[in-house]
Amino acid sequence: MSAVHVSAKINGDTVEYVCEPDETLLDVLRNRLGLTGAKEGCSTGDCGACSVTIDGRLTCSCLVLGAEAEGRDIGTIEGMAKGDALHPLQRKFLEHAALQCGICTPGFLVAAKSLLDHNPKPSETEIRFALAGNLCRCTGYDKIVRAVMDAAAEMRRA
Amino acid sequence: MPLDNPQSAARKFNLVGTRPVRPDGVDKVTGRARFGADAVAPGMLVGRILRSPHAHAKIKSIDTSKAEKLSGVKAIVTRDDFPDKTDGDALLYDVLYNVMAREKALYEGHAVAAVAATSASVARQALKLIKVDYEVLPHVTDVDEAMKPGAPVLHPKMFTDGVEPKPKKASNIVRRYEFGHGDVAAGFKHADVIVERSFKTEATHQGYIEPHACLASFGPDGQAELWVCTQGHFMVRDTCARLLGMDVSKLRVTASEIGGGFGGKTTVFIEPVALVLSKKANRPVKVVMTREEVFKSTGPTSSASMDVKIGATRDGRIVSADMELRYQGGAFQGSPVEFGAMAAFAPYDLENVRTIGYDVVCNRPKQAAYRAPGAPMANFAVESVIEEIAHKLNIPSIDMRIINAAKEGTKSSYGPIYGPIGLRATLERAKEHPHFKAPLGKNQGRGMACGFWFNFGGQSCVTMNVGIDGTVSLTVGSPDIGGSRASMCLMTAEELGIPYDKVRAVIADTGTLGYSDVTDGSRTTFATGMACIQAARDAIKKLCARAAQIWGISEEAVTWENGYAKPAGPNAGDFAPLSLKEIAAQAAQTGGPIAGHYELNADGAGVSFATHICDAEVDPETGFTKITRYTVLQDAGKAVHPSYVEGQFQGGAVQGIGWALNEEYIYGKDGRLQNAGFLDYRIPVCSDLPMIDTVILEIPNPGHPYGVRGVGETSIVPPLATVANAVSHAVGVRMTELPISPPKLLKALETLPQQKKAAE
Repeated sequence: MSAVHVSAKINGDTVEYVCEPDETLLDVLRNRLGLTGAKEGCSTGDCGACSVTIDGRLTCSCLVLGAEAEGRDIGTIEGMAKGDALHPLQRKFLEHAALQCGICTPGFLVAAKSLLDHNPKPSETEIRFALAGNLCRCTGYDKIVRAVMDAAAEMRRA
Repeated sequence: MPLDNPQSAARKFNLVGTRPVRPDGVDKVTGRARFGADAVAPGMLVGRILRSPHAHAKIKSIDTSKAEKLSGVKAIVTRDDFPDKTDGDALLYDVLYNVMAREKALYEGHAVAAVAATSASVARQALKLIKVDYEVLPHVTDVDEAMKPGAPVLHPKMFTDGVEPKPKKASNIVRRYEFGHGDVAAGFKHADVIVERSFKTEATHQGYIEPHACLASFGPDGQAELWVCTQGHFMVRDTCARLLGMDVSKLRVTASEIGGGFGGKTTVFIEPVALVLSKKANRPVKVVMTREEVFKSTGPTSSASMDVKIGATRDGRIVSADMELRYQGGAFQGSPVEFGAMAAFAPYDLENVRTIGYDVVCNRPKQAAYRAPGAPMANFAVESVIEEIAHKLNIPSIDMRIINAAKEGTKSSYGPIYGPIGLRATLERAKEHPHFKAPLGKNQGRGMACGFWFNFGGQSCVTMNVGIDGTVSLTVGSPDIGGSRASMCLMTAEELGIPYDKVRAVIADTGTLGYSDVTDGSRTTFATGMACIQAARDAIKKLCARAAQIWGISEEAVTWENGYAKPAGPNAGDFAPLSLKEIAAQAAQTGGPIAGHYELNADGAGVSFATHICDAEVDPETGFTKITRYTVLQDAGKAVHPSYVEGQFQGGAVQGIGWALNEEYIYGKDGRLQNAGFLDYRIPVCSDLPMIDTVILEIPNPGHPYGVRGVGETSIVPPLATVANAVSHAVGVRMTELPISPPKLLKALETLPQQKKAAE
């Protein structure tokens, strides 16, 4: 197997890397680019801990090959805050104590941002279904849902 | 240890009880926090483990020669690389055997060899080239089957302990336990109604989202470092050092951020393997489990089989309670049946009570602790029968629970006499709660249950260093699973009288602080928190001495108040108070750095009780159960950071809901796990659930300076019965086996007409 050369945009920066043809985008982000914010919880697309956006679309990076990112625009948790200003979702997760261990948090934030990008005024039910692909074992989801509702309300006011 | 208790309830707190942002919060919402698999080291290799495909098999030989020749393979280890250094310690030998199979593989997923290679793909190829010659043996995975006389025996030298005379024939029954007091047979004679039922629960996994991961670096000088996600890095150090015959001080273990544990990360699995691979390859080696490995090779909790018999008089008073519990703990001894037998009737004040527990082995992965280990299943059985008796007596079950509730002075079913406890308070609050009175819709039912957990204290070591600017660096040895650093900072700042954000907590590695027990038993906020308070008091003593020195008065003439040293009274002299910051600034001139330190082995954890209420709606067409409302009421002693206390209540309740409705280990006839992934082993997702309402009660624990009780575990105890009782009320059929999956419930609904007929 020969390595593949890939050029992609990650969090707005042009990035070039080589990867093996069987390497997932998650492996590339974590092991080659040092972007370890996306987590591997299952590698089967069931837990959402590796959530990223590809051209604005929410995706499990464990289900995409690194080679497939050629020419794409990838968004990860590392690109969510603007400088030292946290995204409202990040702030609300902290204020609501919407994380305990924090391993699922990057995935939830990426998924929640993707929801609010498409639907700025989601109902509780819409939030619950939009986040149903992200597993959290600590919180029982209560505080996560509240944080997303609160962030959405704040963003609508802004 | 002596404990002062300045009337916790009366004390007014400035910081304890507030809800500040946790100190590690920003790192965790930005992706910067470093978890187990995020560690890297120069020259790092990838380690992977080969596992048995058989539930029970003799390992005749292992041929690694082909794999060794593969380019990029740097080390291969098998049982031959793990000589027995356990020196007759049977439990440690079990750990060794579990880490790497020896003469037999005892469950599907048991490690048999491991490889370190330059890449994951080379490591995977190498595993395929290792030839293991197995002789497949008959297996058993069900607890009741494993106890039968003809069952395949896992350990030829296992002769049941705790029975007289001791059996001469080996079996899978490790030990018999018995707890209780009074005379159960005599008690039943006074009963107006007796209900006797059998129950089964399946094994469930802790389901932490972060798979086990570690990075080991073993130098040729015999010194090693390990970076690992664990609930107790001192435990990892001590266990690995003993297994490998190392000096404890030559192994330095750093706890990474940990992505959930719930008890499952309180032992070692991959850590000794990574160390031995690293030693052999002379390079750092990282081992990260796949999710399939987590399910097949780490500890779920026990599956259980139980018989309960409870008798009561017409007025609802329980006169006798008897129970037998049979828990399989996987391939090695140590199922939590002892805790189950102790906790089963703990919420009640009983004259005659007996529990008998059997610890059983079978061909499944060695169980590991899971949040209140052993209690939820026992509680499911008991609280289901209580509900049924109350129904038969036509007494509201909450009243029956109140009538029989344990209180201060009650002799518990497992022996000790209770101090101040909050069970009755949670029941009375539940009765007044709007949830309890809310109307129910079609196909809906309401269930409730009480639950109990012991809570633990244990060993903790804490150091706090005062910086030259008066800020405080707090060093603790307890890994932070769910926000404990925030609680440690709150208690330390409270005691010192300085702002919360002037204290920063870090988790020390094993080389820089004294031993601290594993973060388990709901012990950390209680015991490590107490050590923080005491370390702060130690620092205060030193701060007062420095102030005395500055003022030229005696140390006894200085007191500490709200962050300031002050002359104790008018006779001590007239000096303006000195703040912690001002004293810190002069530290170099008054004797050098200022630090507080404390170590303890804490008693007095204070038991914990909860009452849960649940509304469930059953679809009679599909058998699907939806939880429509859920409320947790629990005694926290004192809630240090109420948001994280609520979080513990909510998280435990939801894990319990999963256990009740959809989580289970499903084994095929071949003894292989059929659902080793999150798609088929379904933990609750966001859209399955309503909000989880919480009520925090605060009945101070006299064993803690602030009244704190552990809160982490009790919340998973009542949900199994609470949900089952709700389903039972919704459809009129009592479910005695968990999980109440749609096919199981549909089947029960089919037999409903017959059941009703039989009852008439």
